[in-house]
Amino acid sequence: MLESAFKLSPTTDSQKALISRLEQEAGTSINLCYQCGKCTAGCPAAFAMDYPPRQVIRLLQLGFTEEALNAKSIWICASCETCSARCPRGVDIASLMDTMRRAALKRGKTDKKVAAFNKAFLSNVKNFGRTYEAGLLLQYNLTTGQLFKDMGLGLPMMQRGKVGVFPERIKARDEMKKIFERAAKFGGEQ
Amino acid sequence: MKYAYYPGCSADGSGIEYGMSMERTAKILGFQLQELEDWNCCGATSGHNTDKLLSLALPARNLAIAEKTGFNMIIAPCAACYNRFRTAEHAVQHDPEMKKKIEQVLDMELQGSTETLSILDVLVNKIGTEAITAKVKSPLTTMKAASYYGCLLVRPVEHTGFDDPEDPQTMDKVMKALGADAVEWSHKTECCGAAMVTARPDVGMRMLYRVLKDAKESGAECLVTACPLCMLNLDMRQAAVEKQFGEKFNLPIYYVTELLAIASGDAPQTVGIEKHFVEAGKYLDTVKIRAAEAKITAEKAAEEAAAKAQAKAAAAKAAKEKAAPTGEAGVKAKAAAPSADAGAQPDQKKVDAFVTALTKNPDKMAAKLVADPAQAGVLASILDEKKIGKLAGLMARDMELAKKAAAAFVQQELKRQGECQD
Repeated sequence: MLESAFKLSPTTDSQKALISRLEQEAGTSINLCYQCGKCTAGCPAAFAMDYPPRQVIRLLQLGFTEEALNAKSIWICASCETCSARCPRGVDIASLMDTMRRAALKRGKTDKKVAAFNKAFLSNVKNFGRTYEAGLLLQYNLTTGQLFKDMGLGLPMMQRGKVGVFPERIKARDEMKKIFERAAKFGGEQ
Repeated sequence: MKYAYYPGCSADGSGIEYGMSMERTAKILGFQLQELEDWNCCGATSGHNTDKLLSLALPARNLAIAEKTGFNMIIAPCAACYNRFRTAEHAVQHDPEMKKKIEQVLDMELQGSTETLSILDVLVNKIGTEAITAKVKSPLTTMKAASYYGCLLVRPVEHTGFDDPEDPQTMDKVMKALGADAVEWSHKTECCGAAMVTARPDVGMRMLYRVLKDAKESGAECLVTACPLCMLNLDMRQAAVEKQFGEKFNLPIYYVTELLAIASGDAPQTVGIEKHFVEAGKYLDTVKIRAAEAKITAEKAAEEAAAKAQAKAAAAKAAKEKAAPTGEAGVKAKAAAPSADAGAQPDQKKVDAFVTALTKNPDKMAAKLVADPAQAGVLASILDEKKIGKLAGLMARDMELAKKAAAAFVQQELKRQGECQD
């Protein structure tokens, strides 16, 4: 699995601080993990990961924070929570993955497609208060340069009355924008 | 009962049938849904992937609205909305620091008094399967349904908690209450790929394929869901999965609420069955025909059993001659009948001895034929001349055959008792 050798060296203070911030936000402790691999065995997306869940935890245990936050795995995780439900040591792996995605995002490290989808989704919520599915898909396709992705599904969706012509808007749209602004201001455990 | 209702963004779009059938379900079962005023999107996965505080504040605004309008219980049919609401409730109730932050972001106060419910929780634990069965007009007899729970209805268990995270049963119970067969399968809580099917189809499509494949291989003829994203993936993208993996599934997908409404007498169009991508109307017709056939078969069997009981007295004297069974009426007895023709004529003395033994010591002999003591008791209680004659004939020839026939008699009787109770 490991393509390059890892240089083991004492964990630096900044790495230690980052790990404890991740643990705090995720509400879990990586030191509980004894590397049994039950999380990886049950992970439905492990087949596509560079570091399966157990190895992501191992990277953190060894202080390899950069490698962990660069792992493609954290963006392949579908948040299905199977790992957390099954961990015999009670490590909340799914929450840790979630926390790592957010930490990676803040550092500008991300899976472009997943991040584009999330951005399109949240800009819908910020502007309209609700998600407008058709607009979301169009925006996602435009920003990722996949113009014709799922094109064949657009017309059948409309024929079935499953696409609104206009986005649904709530009355409290100004309130929504403020919620986003204040969350950005007060948020961040760092 | 009146609940606050949070339809979620998909109820007017991709999950329009869920919204339609949810409202029908409430009407049929007699509970009221009051839509939350000016509700907003829960943020779903994109929210918690991006910012923790925002991901809690978005659903919490809806909780605050519910509290303000005097509701404690909120129904959120969408599994993702339900899960985000539960997560926010958990934070508000158990994390005072986080609660304060959320209140700051919202500029609203939170009591932490709400409880968000999934539709499965409401159906099984608030209304109860007996009340559902009472509304059924055309039962889904012979429907082979795989109940698909997916992730967010049952995990994480600290937030959801109304069912088992590995082998949940609530949806299976509802399906049985509607008359369907609940197929046992291993992928009922495996992830369908969720948003990954759209964002990263290279990963998501395989996850989707595995769920469909396991359902098919387990003998399911359709899948039932309580999540609009699972529906979107399983239904709308099934054709693409079939193409990519070179395998045909033809599995119609239903919302549990659609089937509840249809079994309670609604026309399929009322809940939007024609809006599905995988043709879903024909299978409902097939089930209807098979259910009618099963009903006729059951009625016939009951008539024949009644005729048999009448003939019992007349047959008493002829019992000895009828030692070798021919053309029995009961369905179960029929299964054992063909092998009876295959053997040679049994020794008449042996047959007589068994007849005597069965007549004098029914309990002891029944225990020899049926291992389970309770079932042996049942057998002993229903032994009449005709059954004794038949069993004696078989015992003289082949003990295994006699045991099979005895088991069939017990099953027939247990079924009859079950029907009487119904």
